[in-house]
Order: sequence, then C-alpha cells, then structure tokens
Amino acid sequence: MHLPGYVNNVATPFFVTGDPMIYASDVLIVLTLVAIVFVLTYFKKWGWLWREWITTVDHKKIGIMYLIAALLMLFRGGVDAMLMRTQLALPNMRFLEAEHYDQIFTTHGTIMILFMAMPFIFAMFNIAVPLQIGARDVAFPYLNAISFWLFFFGALLLNLSFVIGGSPDGGWTSYPPLTEWPTDPGPGENFYLLALQISGIGSMATGINFLVTILKMRAPGMTLMRMPMFCWSVVGASILIIFSFPALTVALALLMIDRLFGAHFFTMLQGGNPMMYVNLFWVWGHPEVYIVVLPAFGIFSEVVATFSRKRLFGYASMVASIMAIAVISYLVWLHHFFTMGAGPGVNSFFAISTMSVGIPTGVKVFNWLFTMYQGRIRLKLPMLWAIGFIPNFAIGGATGVMLAVAPGDYQYHNSYFLIAHFHQVLIGGVVYGMLAGMYYWWPKMFGIILNERIGRWAFWVFNIGFYVCFLPQYELGFMGMTRRIYVYPAGMGWTALNLISTIGAYLMGIAFVLIVWQVLYSIRFPERDVTGDPWDGRTLEWSLPSPAPHYNFARIPTVTARDAWWAEKEARRRGEDVQKELRPLEPIHMPNNSGRPFILSVCFFIGGFGLVFEWYWLAILGGLGVMLCLLLRSLETNTDHYIPVEEIRRTEAALGRL
Amino acid sequence: MSLAHEEVLSTPSSDVPVEYSTEDGALKIFGFWIFLATDLILFACLFTMYQILHINTAGGPTEQELYDVPGFTAETLILLVSSFTCGLATLEMRRGRRSASMGWLVVTVLLGLSFIFLEVREFVDYVNRGATMQRSAFLSSFFTLVGTHGCHVSLGILWMLSILYQLGRRGISAMTARKIFIVGLYWHFLDVVWVFIFTVVYLQGVM
Amino acid sequence: MQKTFDRRRPRAFPPAQWRRGLWLALPLLLGGCSPQVMVFHPVGPVGRTEERLIIISIVLTAIVVVPVILLLWHIVHRYRDVPGNDAPYRPEFSESRTLEVVWWSIPIVIIAILAVFTTRDTFALTRPPEKSTTPLTVEVTSLDWKWLFQYPGSNIATVNYCYIPTNRPIRFILTSNAPMNSFWVPQLGGQEYTMPGMAMQLWLQADKPGLYYGRGAQFSGKGFAHMTFDVHATSQADFDAWVKNVKTTSPPLTEDGYNQLAHPGLSGKLSYSSYPPNIFHDIIMKEGGMYMKHDRAVLESAK
Repeated sequence: MHLPGYVNNVATPFFVTGDPMIYASDVLIVLTLVAIVFVLTYFKKWGWLWREWITTVDHKKIGIMYLIAALLMLFRGGVDAMLMRTQLALPNMRFLEAEHYDQIFTTHGTIMILFMAMPFIFAMFNIAVPLQIGARDVAFPYLNAISFWLFFFGALLLNLSFVIGGSPDGGWTSYPPLTEWPTDPGPGENFYLLALQISGIGSMATGINFLVTILKMRAPGMTLMRMPMFCWSVVGASILIIFSFPALTVALALLMIDRLFGAHFFTMLQGGNPMMYVNLFWVWGHPEVYIVVLPAFGIFSEVVATFSRKRLFGYASMVASIMAIAVISYLVWLHHFFTMGAGPGVNSFFAISTMSVGIPTGVKVFNWLFTMYQGRIRLKLPMLWAIGFIPNFAIGGATGVMLAVAPGDYQYHNSYFLIAHFHQVLIGGVVYGMLAGMYYWWPKMFGIILNERIGRWAFWVFNIGFYVCFLPQYELGFMGMTRRIYVYPAGMGWTALNLISTIGAYLMGIAFVLIVWQVLYSIRFPERDVTGDPWDGRTLEWSLPSPAPHYNFARIPTVTARDAWWAEKEARRRGEDVQKELRPLEPIHMPNNSGRPFILSVCFFIGGFGLVFEWYWLAILGGLGVMLCLLLRSLETNTDHYIPVEEIRRTEAALGRL
Repeated sequence: MSLAHEEVLSTPSSDVPVEYSTEDGALKIFGFWIFLATDLILFACLFTMYQILHINTAGGPTEQELYDVPGFTAETLILLVSSFTCGLATLEMRRGRRSASMGWLVVTVLLGLSFIFLEVREFVDYVNRGATMQRSAFLSSFFTLVGTHGCHVSLGILWMLSILYQLGRRGISAMTARKIFIVGLYWHFLDVVWVFIFTVVYLQGVM
Repeated sequence: MQKTFDRRRPRAFPPAQWRRGLWLALPLLLGGCSPQVMVFHPVGPVGRTEERLIIISIVLTAIVVVPVILLLWHIVHRYRDVPGNDAPYRPEFSESRTLEVVWWSIPIVIIAILAVFTTRDTFALTRPPEKSTTPLTVEVTSLDWKWLFQYPGSNIATVNYCYIPTNRPIRFILTSNAPMNSFWVPQLGGQEYTMPGMAMQLWLQADKPGLYYGRGAQFSGKGFAHMTFDVHATSQADFDAWVKNVKTTSPPLTEDGYNQLAHPGLSGKLSYSSYPPNIFHDIIMKEGGMYMKHDRAVLESAK
C-alpha cells in the first residue's frame, strides 16, 4: 500500500546488525547461554530444573520464578534507563542516534510496566496470598503455572527483538497512526503487540485465579473483614485486572489486525480513527497503574503494622479506600489526554474524578502514620523502604493532583514534569513496595534473612539517587523540556538539571548492584531463620516454618480474629491452651506437577514469533500446538494426588513442628 | 488447590446439583463466571468500536447495502434454538441421563455448525461484493466483531466435541457434569452476545 | 518475642531524607526565578490563567504534603523501638472515629476547592481570552517533522515559524497530516494535540512582543526531537508589514510543493506567498473529518 508522504517498507535484516553495542550483547547472550547449558549439564541439573521448577504448580516456587524474572527485567529496564540518561546528560550528545533512543525508551517503558512491575506484584501474590489466608495453594494451580509461563515467553519475545528483527520504537503507549505499518514498518512493533498480548492472557488468568482463591478458599473463620490487608489489596488489583485487561487485549488485537491484515481501525485513511486506540489503551492503562500500586499499598500495610508492633489503624477505612480507588480508577482514563480536544465539560468531569483518587489515597497515608503512632518502630529493611515510600508518595500524589487540574495539564502534558510524577509514584510506590515485600517475605521464601548492613546502604543510595534523579525533572518540565527527545540544544538552561538527573540515575544503578551483592553475600554467609517468624509477624504465613513445606499447612488453621497469628501468640503468652495442634493429621490433596503449561506457552511463543514475521505457517503451527495442549488437558483425569499422613508427619517432624 | 477431590468427597445431596457437588467443581464454575466477565468486557470494547466506526464507510459499501435480512434472521433463530437445546443437555445431565444429554449436545453442535456455515457464506458473499476488511473502517470493525463471535462459537463446537467424547467414555460424573455445565454457560453467553450483535449490527444497520 | 528488638541508637530520622529534599528544592526554587522556566513566565492571558491555577494547586496540595512529612518525621523519631523510650505504647489502638472523620474531610475539602477553580478555568480557556478584539485565525498542520502555518486571512504560509500580533486573541486551528503531535508554546499557554482528521482549536494570546519557543510535544518518530518552531509576537503594524513582505518576496506553495513538504524529513524556516485554497480543510476531511461533527463545527466557526 502506498500512501503519499510516507516512508515505505524497508527490508529489515533478520538479525539486528550495524551497531557495536548490539554485537557486544549478542556475544554476551551467547556466552551466557553456553555458560548456563554447561553448568546445568556439568552438575547434572537438567532433570532437577524440569522436575522442580519448570513443571511445578506450587505457588511458592512460581512466586520465586516471578521474582527472579522481575529482578532480571528490572536490570534490563534499568540498563535502558542508564543509556537514556547518558544520552541526555549533556546537550547535543552523540552517544545514541534517534532510532536507538526511540527503541530504548519504548522497551524501557514496556519492560518496566509489563515485565517488571507486573511479575513483581504476581511474585508477591503467589508468595503471600495462599499462606496468609490459610490455603494449600491457589484455586487453579495448573492455570497459575500457565500464567507464569505465558508471562515468561511474552517477556522473552519482547527481549528477543533486541537481537532479532529490531525493537519496537513507538513508545510504550504505542499510539497509532505512528505505529501503523506505513509509518512504522518492520517486525519491531509486532514484537510489542504479540509480547504484550501473550503475557496479557497470563495476567488475566492470574487476576481470575487470585480473586477466586481469596473469595472461596480462606481458612475457616477468616471472614473478609479478618483478612490481612495485603489480601484485600490483591482483591482490588484482581478486580481491576479482570475488568481492564480485556480493553488492552482489544487495543492490541485491532492494531495487529491493522498492521498484519491491512484493516483500518486506527489508520489515517479509509475512515480509521486513531483516537479509539488511545481510549482503549488508557481504559486499561489507568487501572493498570492501580493494579501495580494497590498491592504495594497492601505490603506497606503489612510491613508498617508488623514493624510498629501495632494493629493496622483504621482497617475498615483501608478496605474502603482500596475499593474506592479501584472503582474511581475506571472513571479517570481521559486525564491521559486532556489535550486531545474533549469539551470543557468532559475535561472537568475527568479532572475532578482524577483528583478524587487523592481522597482515599490521602486517607491511607494518614492511617499508616497513625499505625506507627504510639507503636514501637523497628527500622528493619522492609520498614525502611516503607518509611522511604511515604514522603515519596506524598510528593508524587501531590503532583498527581496537580496534573489532574486540566488547564495545568495543558502545560505539563508530555513534559518532564509528567515523567518525574509517574516515576515518583511508580518507583516510589511500586518499586519501594515490592522491595519492601521482597525483604519482608524473603525469609519465608528461602529461610534466610538478607544482610541488613548492605541492605541499608542500598536503601540510602537508592533513596538519595531517586530524589537527585527526579526532582530536577519537575523543573525541566516547567522549562519546556518534553519527553522522548533524544537530543536537546545548549542554551535552554536544561544542561545542569539534566546532568544532576543523570547522576541520580547512576546512583540508583549502584543501589541495584548493591542489592544483587546483598543477595549473593547473604547466600554465601546466610543468617538462617529457624523460627519461621523472624519479624514477630501478625499474619498466618509466619506461623509456618521458613521455607514453608510444599503443602503449606499440615492442618488448616481456624481463624478467630484479625491478625490471626498475633492473636494466637498473644493467647499463648497469656498461657491459654491452644487446642488445634491436637487435631489428627489427614491426607492432603495436592495437584500434580505438569510440563504442559510450559509446552503450551512455548506453542504460544512459536505462534507469536510466526505472526511477528508474518510467517503464517509457523503461526498456524503454534496455534495448533496450543489447541492440542488444551485438548490434552481436557482429557486428562489424573491431575492430583494425596500426600499420606505418614509423609506429612515425617516432614513436620523434620521441621521441628511435631 | 482445593481440599476436596473431584470424585472422592462428593456427597450426594438433593439440593446441590451434581456439577457443584465437589469443591473443585464449584471453584471452577465460579472461576468461569469471572472469565465470562472478562469476555463480556472484550465484546463491549468491540461493540464500542463498531458503534463508532460503522458510519466510517470511506465511500465503500454501507450497512444497508450489505446486510441480508433472511440471512441474519436465520442465523439468529438457529443460535437461539441451539441455546435452548444446550440447556436441555444440562437438564438431562442433572437427571443423570447420559444418552439424552449427549443427544441434545449433538443437536447443539449441529446447529452451531449450521450457524457457522451461514456466517461463513455471508462473509464470502460480502467479500465477493468487494466488501473486504481492508475496504473501510466500518468493514474492519464489522468483520472483527462478528468474526470474534464466530471464532468463539467455533471454539465452543470443538469444546463440545471433546466433552461428547469424554461423556461417551466416562459417563456422567462430577467432572463431566461440571464440564457440560461450563460449556453450557459459555454457549448461553455467546447467545446473549449474538442478541446484541443482532440488535446493534444488523437491526440498526437495516433500519 | 523480644529477641528482634533493634538496640542501636536511633538515627536522626527522616531528617536526612527530608533535609535532602529541601537542599535539592532550593536551586529548583531559585531556578523558578529564571525566565528560562517558561511555565512560570507567561506572556499572555492564557498562560497566566494556567500559571495561577498551577500555583493554587501547589498551595492546596502542600496543605497535606507538608504536615504529612513533618508528622512522619516526628512519629518515627518519637516511637523508635529503643531501650528507654518512654513514649506511650498502645498496640491495640487502631480505631478512632474522630481522627478518621478528620482525615477523610481534609482531602475532600481541598479537592472540592480545587475542583471549583479547575472547572472555572477549563471552561474559560475554551473561549477567546479577550472579547473586544477580533481574533486572528492561524491554521497549523504538523507534518513529519515540521510545522506548517497557514494564514487564511492573508493566504500566506510559513514553515517552522510564525508571526502573531500582540494583544489580539489568536485562534489556532490544529491538525496533522502525519502521526499525532502536540502544539506547545509554553510561554503563551498550554498545548493541544494535532491529530489527523481532526480540527482542534487552541486560543492563545501574547501581550508582549518577543520571540517565543514552540515545540511539538507528542512523540512522532525519528525527527521528533527537532520539531521546534519560533513564535514571533509583534505589534499589529509590524505584523502587517511582515505579511506584506512575505506576500511580495516569497514563492507560492503549490500542490506538489505541499506533497514535498509532507514527505518525512527535516526542514528549515520557509515562507510562501500563497497556498492551494482549501488544502487544510480537504486534508482534515479526507483523513476522517468528514465523520466528525465537531471538526465541521470548528472549521465553520473559524470562517
């Protein structure tokens, strides 16, 4: 199709070529792969990898895999950020060309939101939720494994674009008509569409899975209003996933149909309407930021209460505010495009609905403060990140309210003010929250406590780096600097602030290295958690040994109060007799491991790869593989097994729990 | 994972239908309801697209020129009847009558197939008249909305075939009962979506 | 469970964090005085309205943010778990109707006040900033990767720069014949998108003569970073002289010339003494404007 005035299709080589950086990473990737294969073969670990990890349906192991993937993607996205900040450190830099810069900010945004933040929250869901509600696994363990592997292969597909075919370069929002075939030919954008689509299916399944788990599988006595606050936040996030991801599915699918089959949903000619993509994208995109931030709120609620040795303040308000945020978040999407010509009535409505998100959020902040008030605050690592979060989020929230003021937004829109704002809430909210959660539940996952000293260094370097990086960007926005420019001239007054910002970004990079060092150091010189309750916790997961046995609870606990484990400990301190240990053990019903979720996801990957390059035979092959896997599952009868009492007794005895 | 096992812990009770008799079955049915909610949102988005783009014909064929009243009326009647027969299959399943249940499922599959046949014929006819997906935004959204529904129906047919096979091999158990019930939910849902397609797409188009 | 008490001396708390914030804020605040901080140095009524609203929103949000940070500092300092801390410890204190009513109300009141100002100004900005003077219409098209300005009153066109008379409302009608962009002249006022097939309207006005920085704000591909333009605000007399000068000294813009311009690439500043009639209108209609009542209304009202 030839449109006047557009670049037409240029042949793209299969392997990305022509840049020394790419060649270097090609070599690194090959070397890493060879090293992994060698180590696995040398130590005869292939079987272990398959049996213990790839085929697992255990939520705890799936959680750990999500966590590792999230940290890897944080590294990848972080490197992208460093490259961008290096290019912007000084005016007229020649470090990156426009094409590379465009690809890098696109992959940075896409990876950080969808392949870092999402798996990070799913890691926390998986690690904590079943243990907190006293369940043996999630409602659909097999589906849970499928979710993880779909995410994994989605992420792989996107990252593959770095060396094969070329990365997407239309921004993480990927607005058409820029991203339509005539203006953006080649497989790069297809990678974006397919990778997000595949991992999005997984996310939707996770949302369904955890909603059902929490609503239907709580231990006896755990009413909704006795649930840990983290579980409430997961309910909120799951509802948001369920009702918003289909919009993303549709947006991506329609753009893909446009690109691959020449349809005209969002094109400039033949009646296409690009505005509709923008609407669909943000109908998902705005709830998405609450999907990732609500679980962080949940984690802060757990951490603040635990490390203040105090009940969470205003539990009912906290629940109400989570639900209020969830509902309001559907009514605000237009604030991402106040400047796209909606009438003043519409803009005012969305401005006010957006500001009103500040009400429940403000209430949460006050409740956290009063949870600490008259408590006994221990500044352990999780608490440090939680406390670091509060000023961060206060400022980020305030700039959010400022952005909601539509006429103000006419000035901030697409400027560095916006960039500073959303990094402040997404890093200050989500990343701080997830790191707090990681430190908090690390002993529960691995049975060791991460080294406190290195962790403090990491926290302070990160926190300082954060402000150094992003506060100047607010000012840059007021000075007229827009996002996504790869180069800027001298003489605008932007230079000093950009240089400071770059230094801050590097400090955060150093902090990431410190965290990695902390993990490695703690593995080498472990501080073991032998009690199962290193923080003097309040919720049920701390009643279990660390790490928990694969069936979690030998006996499903009966819950009589909020903060169930704390209540039980209090009862013991008062010398009351705790009867439940005397109940006889019963055989435990567990799902079987299965390799099919992995194979199913490989088929999705093959199909997706085929569509990216428009090799339809491969796409059909992948699709048939998917159908076959589904059919085999449908016909399967031997899906679960029982753990005999004897084995439970042995395991519990070995853990010192009998 | 649920505590209860599919077959083992099933307690025959008159007030709980067989598909709900195990905890696993109840969980899966509840999960499927939530899945239907996601699918509903997906269709809602496609309907919105159609509603906005249906006048954007770019000088190409319009709704009035394309839609064929006897054709879509037949499709509608067939799908409505198939929803009824699918409901009968569920009822017979609850009475424990395997062959009756299977019979109604077979009728449902046949009706589904004839629906798909009519729909494909309709699409081919449009394409032959130059109304391809590439012609205009209206046609892109028409083929995508109606086609997505058609794909759902086709998947439902394959699913029912697999359940028929299992029903033949294993008879009515808590597991097969749950599968019949869930595929029924799916089928009724598609019927509801079609009612909206009938109204929003076809009726609005020819009025 | 007493074993996990942290027995170290309390570190001066959030102090570090909060003081650091102040330190960094200082140069930023000082920087706010530099005219390079365009948003805070508006030269027209639109920009001033927006600046005033921005300052109102900063003050209103500060009412919550500052106490929250001070309170955090105080609480963490006072209630550290260290031996000999004599602060009260009430582990079961978790409900207080009064307190909760207070902090549900504070944000509600603040948001309500801000909502009133927001609504007022949102409506005000859709109207011409000044009623007494007849507005000047300028039609703006974003192309890959340049800005085309057309003056329907005098039938001249420019690329990557424009002239406007001071003290007169300017009605910018915006569209795009390329992927979306956004038209932003920070010192005159906020931005509005340029979108294919749509006619958008943006009112701006300059009170002081000067050269103002304008740029595309929505990413539109490879050449996006270079999509800047100059806005020259001059007296009406100088503006008329400039129009006359362009009319007499510049070549006309032909259909072919337009297609050349629309081809992706960068461009310097160009001037044209005339342009094909209706080209702006036709492009909008062709790219989807024919389906939108709003577009037709905007184009009608500009006539």
